[in-house]
Amino acid sequence: MDFLLAALAWLAAPIHWSGPDGIPTRVLEHLAYSLSGVGAAALVAIPLGLMLGHIGRGAFLAINIAGVGRALPTFALLVIAFLLLARTAPPLAFGFWPTFLAMVPLALPPILTNTYVGVRGVDRDVVEAARGMGMSELGIVRAVEVPLGMPLILAGLRTASIAVIATATLGALVAGGGIGRYIVDGLALQEYERLFAGAFLVALLAIGTELAFGLLERMSGHTSTVGRVPLRG
Amino acid sequence: MSTDEPLIRWDWIASHVPDIAARVGEHLVLVGIAVGAGLVMAFALALLAIWRPRLYGPIVWVTGTLYTIPSLALFALLIPFTGLSLLTAEIGLVGYTLLILVRNIVIGIREVPAEVRESATAMGYSPVQRFALVELPIAVPAIVAGVRLATVTTIGLVTVTAVIGQGGLGSLILDGLILFFSTPLIVGAALSVLLAVAADAGLALVQRAVTPWSRAR
Amino acid sequence: MRRSVPILLAIFGLLAAACGGGGAGAPATKVSLTIASFNFAESQILAEIYGQALATDGHTVQYKHKLGNREIVFPALEKGDINFVPEYLATSLAFATKATDKVGDPAKALPSFRDALKPKGIAALEFASAIDTNAFVVTKATAQKHNLRKMSDLTAVAKQLTLGAPPECPQRPFCLQGLKSAYGIEFKEFKALDAGGPITVAAVESGQVDVGLLFSTDAQIAAKGFVLLEDDKKLQAADNVVPVVRQDVIDKGGATLTTRINDISKKITTEKLTALNGKVQIDKKDPADVAKEFLKAEGLIK
Repeated sequence: MDFLLAALAWLAAPIHWSGPDGIPTRVLEHLAYSLSGVGAAALVAIPLGLMLGHIGRGAFLAINIAGVGRALPTFALLVIAFLLLARTAPPLAFGFWPTFLAMVPLALPPILTNTYVGVRGVDRDVVEAARGMGMSELGIVRAVEVPLGMPLILAGLRTASIAVIATATLGALVAGGGIGRYIVDGLALQEYERLFAGAFLVALLAIGTELAFGLLERMSGHTSTVGRVPLRG
Repeated sequence: MSTDEPLIRWDWIASHVPDIAARVGEHLVLVGIAVGAGLVMAFALALLAIWRPRLYGPIVWVTGTLYTIPSLALFALLIPFTGLSLLTAEIGLVGYTLLILVRNIVIGIREVPAEVRESATAMGYSPVQRFALVELPIAVPAIVAGVRLATVTTIGLVTVTAVIGQGGLGSLILDGLILFFSTPLIVGAALSVLLAVAADAGLALVQRAVTPWSRAR
Repeated sequence: MRRSVPILLAIFGLLAAACGGGGAGAPATKVSLTIASFNFAESQILAEIYGQALATDGHTVQYKHKLGNREIVFPALEKGDINFVPEYLATSLAFATKATDKVGDPAKALPSFRDALKPKGIAALEFASAIDTNAFVVTKATAQKHNLRKMSDLTAVAKQLTLGAPPECPQRPFCLQGLKSAYGIEFKEFKALDAGGPITVAAVESGQVDVGLLFSTDAQIAAKGFVLLEDDKKLQAADNVVPVVRQDVIDKGGATLTTRINDISKKITTEKLTALNGKVQIDKKDPADVAKEFLKAEGLIK
């Protein structure tokens, strides 16, 4: 119990809220890695999922890429990204890029799979009706499939985001920043309050993300219970 | 690392086959224990949740919270208690499999149609017989799906345990980092991907085999 | 002559018994070793050197390589999860006693070290002549820009510079703490990298950090043309390689074990260690292979 209190005391201490290793800096770094990782993945996965879902092809790819994505160990991807960048563009090897590059493959599969399944799940009759009304294919995607597939698309984004937020902590193992720094440094310094504070902050971010998505889903008019189990890297 | 260092030194691989094989073996053991122990514990928790439905919520909540703890943090937090040992790694790994497995087992059992349950009772099955001979077999596909997800996830997580002194393919990855040597890194990464893909494919086949009715899709 | 034969035989018999019994009185038993190495290459090499030699002697040897830094390894040694660590005298002494005085003479440091370890059931054997200290390096360009030759030169400019070192540096007496107390050095920023490994090398090379912490026996310092700032106030010193072993293992293995370990230590010099590091860091050879070559070359194993 006093361990928990010690960790909360660590979080409360003003000295930990300033400077390059301060909580605001680390949280912002962490959000930067996570948002860009998910964002970049979504930029590829959502259009791809929409297209494949709309034309009804590539089911094998869309569904099984989830399996491949889970198979990529993030730790390995991080080290590979670091070593490659250190060889080719050393200034980029520190901080943002290795973590970002490792997060994209983690985020991509759930977004792709869920987008695909979401679009496939739209009632074909509705799509046919829209086609009959003279809507263009793109128009159908935009006006029919995306809105109706939104719950699953959001579920995919949510799964990806939680996975990335938890796994981005590994970036600190290759001199990255983010909340993972508290975990890696806490372990190295054997300062368990710092370590626990780091884990706690990540959990807070994850819960915050869940809540944010819950809100988004409610705003989009639908909720989904699909894909509730996040990924682990 | 000099830029004329090749990405992969094949001679290193050739001369290190026994080491690499040992790492693969370690990795498989770590995964096997985690999924095996996880399955047993998940079954216990799932049975608890089925017979006392009010416990399902709390169980999912606890295992779900465990799930959001970053893996490195969970392993590191256990060190003062269980040391830099296999046990530490396994406690963490099992913790992560629990959410997936408990969920899938409970959902699998719950999805058994009410009519099937009623017919079984009508035919004179005791609750235990009904569970073991009727509900469980029907839930098997969901359970296998859970084992599949848990296995692949664990294969990835085991690589992180190298940072707390456990082995497996993560040890090769860590070697790559500490020695700035890309060959063991790439070997470790490639093999863990292969392992995960093989496990996923293998368990997918098992999933198909126990779900004959879904093949009509 | 005939009367003295039985006496001679008796004398020979006594001598034989005295010699064969061993100095400790107990026969040499084989022990079970779990040797740990720190998270950098040299430590792995040292662990393999001791481990392989002892394995050929018939002892059971297990390794826990790259276990972590001292903050992680030392508690494991105290707990008994591991029972052998190739340590560094001055830094380990400072860690064990939480003392921050400068440690200049290893011969003086060893008894204090042994005293500190004794209540924990741990023993320190003889130290090797090989010394590996923290080495603060800069690129040639940085050295020229700020006129840096020795550590005292940093005092004036450190406020503009970034230090890259392992995460435990801020709490280490031969790192940030010592830099402040002995030299009055305070850096603009500290970046946690790795234990004198490739991340630090890359960081210094690419300008991510201005000053990097490497280890003095690191072959990369010469290879990359870094400037090693001279420790003119002698903050670092006496970081001789010293095998640290749990007392129960020493007791079980007896004098044979102790003598063997000390014999191995005698062969480890700074130059040889640096050369071994080069083989691993630059030639990408296996620490285990490099250790074996060393043992054979030094006649420590067949």
